Parts: sequence; C-alpha cells; structure tokens
Amino acid sequence: MRTSNRRGLFKTAEEDRNNREGLKGWLNPARYGWERVSYWLQRLTGLFLLIYFIGHIYETSSLTGGAGAWNAMLQFTETPWGHLFLILVIGTSTYHSTNGIRLIFTEAGRGLGRPGRPDYPYDALSLNYRQKSGIWIALILAAVAMFYGGNVLFGGD
Amino acid sequence: MLRERQIMRIHYITGLAALFVVAVHILMRLIMPFHMSLQYSNVIANYHNLPYVVLLESILVLLAIHGFNGLRIILLELRQNRTWENGVTISTIAAMIAIIAFGTRTIIIANGLGVV
Amino acid sequence: MSGIIKKISMLRTGSKHERSEKSLRGRSSIVLRVYRANKAVGDSAHYDTFDVPIQRWTTVLDALLYAKSYKDTSIGIRYSCRMASCGSCGMKINGIPRLACYTNVSEMESGVISCEPLTNFPLIRDLVTDFHQFFSHHKSVRPYIINQNADLRDRKELSEFIQSPRDVDEYLQSSYCIKCGLCYSACPTVATDTKFPGPQALAQAYRYSADTRDTGSREDMKAIDDKHGIWRCHFAGSCSSVCPKGVDPALGIQLLRGHMMSFSKHNKKIAELKHHSHGNQIT
Ligand code: HEM
Ligand code: SF4
Ligand code: FES
Repeated sequence: MRTSNRRGLFKTAEEDRNNREGLKGWLNPARYGWERVSYWLQRLTGLFLLIYFIGHIYETSSLTGGAGAWNAMLQFTETPWGHLFLILVIGTSTYHSTNGIRLIFTEAGRGLGRPGRPDYPYDALSLNYRQKSGIWIALILAAVAMFYGGNVLFGGD
Repeated sequence: MLRERQIMRIHYITGLAALFVVAVHILMRLIMPFHMSLQYSNVIANYHNLPYVVLLESILVLLAIHGFNGLRIILLELRQNRTWENGVTISTIAAMIAIIAFGTRTIIIANGLGVV
Repeated sequence: MSGIIKKISMLRTGSKHERSEKSLRGRSSIVLRVYRANKAVGDSAHYDTFDVPIQRWTTVLDALLYAKSYKDTSIGIRYSCRMASCGSCGMKINGIPRLACYTNVSEMESGVISCEPLTNFPLIRDLVTDFHQFFSHHKSVRPYIINQNADLRDRKELSEFIQSPRDVDEYLQSSYCIKCGLCYSACPTVATDTKFPGPQALAQAYRYSADTRDTGSREDMKAIDDKHGIWRCHFAGSCSSVCPKGVDPALGIQLLRGHMMSFSKHNKKIAELKHHSHGNQIT
C-alpha cells in the first residue's frame, strides 16, 4: 500500500487515504435520504451556533465598558442585518435542539424498532417514518420560530 | 481519562440542560418589549439578580462544553494522526476554558457595576 | 432548494426496487459510462462509454459483462455469484453504491448508466477496489462467537446451544451481511476518518454481542469505545439505505450504543449448552 509523505500535523494515518470521499462528498447531502440531510444540518447548525455563541460572549463583554460601550455595541447589532442574523440564529437553534432530542432517542436505539427477519426488498427498519418525522417536525418548528422571531424583531415596538 | 462513552453522555446531558436554561434566557427578552429588554439599565439590573446570574453562568458552562466537544468531534473525524488528535483535544479544552473565563469575567464585572 | 427536496423525497418514497420499475420506457439499449484507470501503468482516469443492448432482465453486471465480452476485454470488474451473495460486485452506479448484479438497468432513471469504483476504498484498477482496510476493521471487532464452553475439541459428547427463535431474531438480520462494502462507501464518517471501523464492522460487533451464545463483551473494546469508535456514528442512515441484504447496520449500531450507554436494558441471558449422551446420538 502506498503511504503518504506528508509530515507533522497533516500527516495521514498509517492506513492509505487513497480514494476516501473526503469533505467533497460530505458537502452533498441529497443522495441518501432524510437522515443524511438531518446529520448535515445538525453539523452545520452546531458549528454556526458555536460561532454565534462565541460572538455573543464577546458582544456582551461590552457591558464591562459601561453604558457607552454597550450602546455602541447595540448600534452595531440592532440593525436590520443584525436582526436577520438573529432570525437565522433562532431558526438554527430551534432545528438543532429539536433534532438533537430526536438524535438522543435514536442514537440510544429508541424509536427504531426491533430487529427481525427482513424480506425483499429489504427496506431498513431504522429509517422508519416514526423517527424520520422528527426531522420534519424540527424543520417546521424552526420555520415557525423564525416567523415568530421576525415578528418580534421587525414588528415595530 | 474519560472514556469516550462518558464524554458522549456529557454531550447529551449538556445539550438537554442547555435547552432549558437557554429557553429561560430567551424568555427574559420577551417579558418586556425586546428593545427595552436590551437597555443598559435593564441588562445591568439582570446582572444583579442572583438567580439570573446563576442561569447565565450555567448557560456559559453548558454550552462551552457541548459546543467545543462538538467541534472536537468534527475535527477528530477530519484527520487521524497523533499530532493532530492531541492538538485538537488540547486546543478545544483550552478554548472551552478560555470562553468560560472570559464570560465569567463579564458576569463578575457587570455584577459589580452600579445601575445608572 | 426545492430541487434538493425533490431529489431526497424521490429517493425515499417507495421501496428501493419498486422505485422505478417503470419499465425501460421502450429502450432497447443503454449507454454504459465506465470509469477507467490503471494508475500502476501511469494511465490517468477517464470514462469509456459503451452502447449495450438490454432486455427486461438485464442487470448492470450483465451490461458490463456484455461490454467486456464484445467491446473491450480490458475492463476490470470483480464479480462472482451474480446473485447478491458473494459481495464482490459493489460499485457506484449513478453515484450511489450498489451491487451491479442486484441492480436492474430498468431501475435507473436515465438511459446513461455510470459505473465508478466504490469510494472510501483504495482504487486498484477500473472498478476494482482494495478491501484490505475494510476487512481489517471487520476483524478488529472480533467477529466470531466467544465462549469458553463452546470448545468441543476435547469433549467426547456433542453439544449444542439452546436458542429460542426470539433469541435468533435479535441478531439474524445482522448475520446476513455479505461484506460487500456498500455501507462503508456510503458512510460520511468513513469518508474522512480512517480509524472509524465503519458501519459493517460495528454492525457485526452488535451481531455478536446480541447473540446469546456469545459471552465475550465487545463494549469495552478499543475499536468500539474509543474516540474513533462507535460514537463517531451520527445516524446519517446512509449505510442502511444502501445495504442490499437488509442488515440495517444503523439499527444495530444504535442498539449497541444504547446498551453501552445503559439507556436500554441489555441483560442478555447466555444460552445453555445441551448435552447429549452417546446413547442418544446413536439412535
Ligand atoms: C439547546 C439544546 C441542544 C441540544 C439538545 C443539542 C444536542 C446535540 C446533539 C444530540 C448533537 C449530536 C451529536 C451526534 O450526532 O453525535 C449535537 C451536536 C453538536 N452541537 Fe448541540 N445541542 C444543543 C445546543 C447546541 C448549541 C447552542 C450549540 C452551540 C454552542 C451546539 C453545538 C453543537 C456542535 C458544534 C455539535 C457537533 C455537531 C456534530 O457532531 O455533528 N449545540 N448537539
Ligand atoms: S452491512 Fe450490508 S452494505 Fe454493509 S457490507 Fe454488509 S451486506 Fe454490504
Ligand atoms: S456478483 Fe456476487 S454479489 Fe454481485
């Protein structure tokens, strides 16, 4: 087997990475059904929320600079674009937490059914509508939350 | 060292617990008109309210653990060699501690500030 | 966005094979687009296309063998049983890992069928890939029954385990695995993580730990409870959607995770040994 000659931080494992699909394949979630989309969104929303979380801690740290600094920060965030960003945060956090609850159940083997004797055409029991509907519920709740958040943020004072 | 299964348990528990505390945190923005809830005096008043301070601190700790462990998982799956794996573990733990320290600093200082 | 949604719902409505038994739409031939590369002799990757006549029963493997027989004998393919038993003919057909012998050309939407080697497996030549890492992951979960009492070498009497049909149901479907590697090729974690055992190996870890004849615990194994172990499964379900044998690796993996987290009860009763006396055996 061929081995990579890259060293240090980017050195590959002893095993050959040749022909691994890599991130390129990861970027397209539309080939394998809803669970793959759910996984993809859970990851993207998780990362997005982590970035928001760090930004939010930074944003609120302006409190320590007194009223002036706080208001300067508000001027920056309390804008239409800032509100649009917040609506995205509302949507992603609703999706991530609702689907997160679904994942806590499914990843503990709940709601997937009991193993049995599969018959042709061997459709997988674990990809059933009971757990799949959790993904749809998460998406719908995210849309509703974004709509509600938009009303609060843009709906006048 | 923590077993990976314990880390996963922590990941689930911090996620679930965060759901509750974040919900309360957001409701605080909604008990009065959103823009008013962000006025400096109102925000500083929040920081003088001990239960709310405990709430903020627990959000900070729970989400830092959950979020940076999530990042660690993603990075570990990207590349596999000793240097990378140790680097990922150390830097995500460091980031976790740093963000908790920085957030706690805000809470302590804001708690000491007088309401204007 | 709506295009993506349509694509996803198309994939999951109806069962795998009902999906488009919509006949050949009057076609009497298809175009095979075959990935070709022989890196060993400095040949760079390209696609060759072949017109292949088809019948209602033509599978993608039949079409490839037709091309190999009458158009280009140098096409590299691996196959043996032609009946979804041996697990040799896995390849990406129109972008999705499938068994060539188990995929009828009429199931494909288009008249052009592209065949590519399985991703996540090192390429050998054309459609043939190297299963070395895949099998070593499989071996790493100790895929066999571990039971001190089952060693019959120094027992004169024949013995057998007593299992109820229900005991068998716990692991039966997982034992249908033919090691074709389709799940391994579809898995998004395997796509970047070389140390992750993958759906096939983890499903076998479940298969043996759910077997009442097995006394060995796999839950503490390095390959499983590790930072590259079972926890790197995120239930993306792609393995189960491509598995041709109904193994449903995602199901086994999540069940094993549940036991390991003690979220679900797993008080497996170890099967008893039934002893036969010599007298019984003769009659
Ligand atoms: C509030 C309720 C939340 C719940 C119930 C929750 C639950 C989960 C669950 C179950 C996972 C999936 C782990 C897996 O697939 O193996 C996950 C991943 C993750 N979460 Fe959360 N989470 C919550 C909030 C957050 C927040 C606010 C952040 C941002 C700081 C966050 C960041 C992440 C990250 C970065 C990941 C990793 C994604 C991955 O492994 O694919 N989560 N969460
Ligand atoms: S689990 Fe299914 S897809 Fe995976 S190797 Fe076994 S038979 Fe093939
Ligand atoms: S040739 Fe044996 S599985 Fe296809």
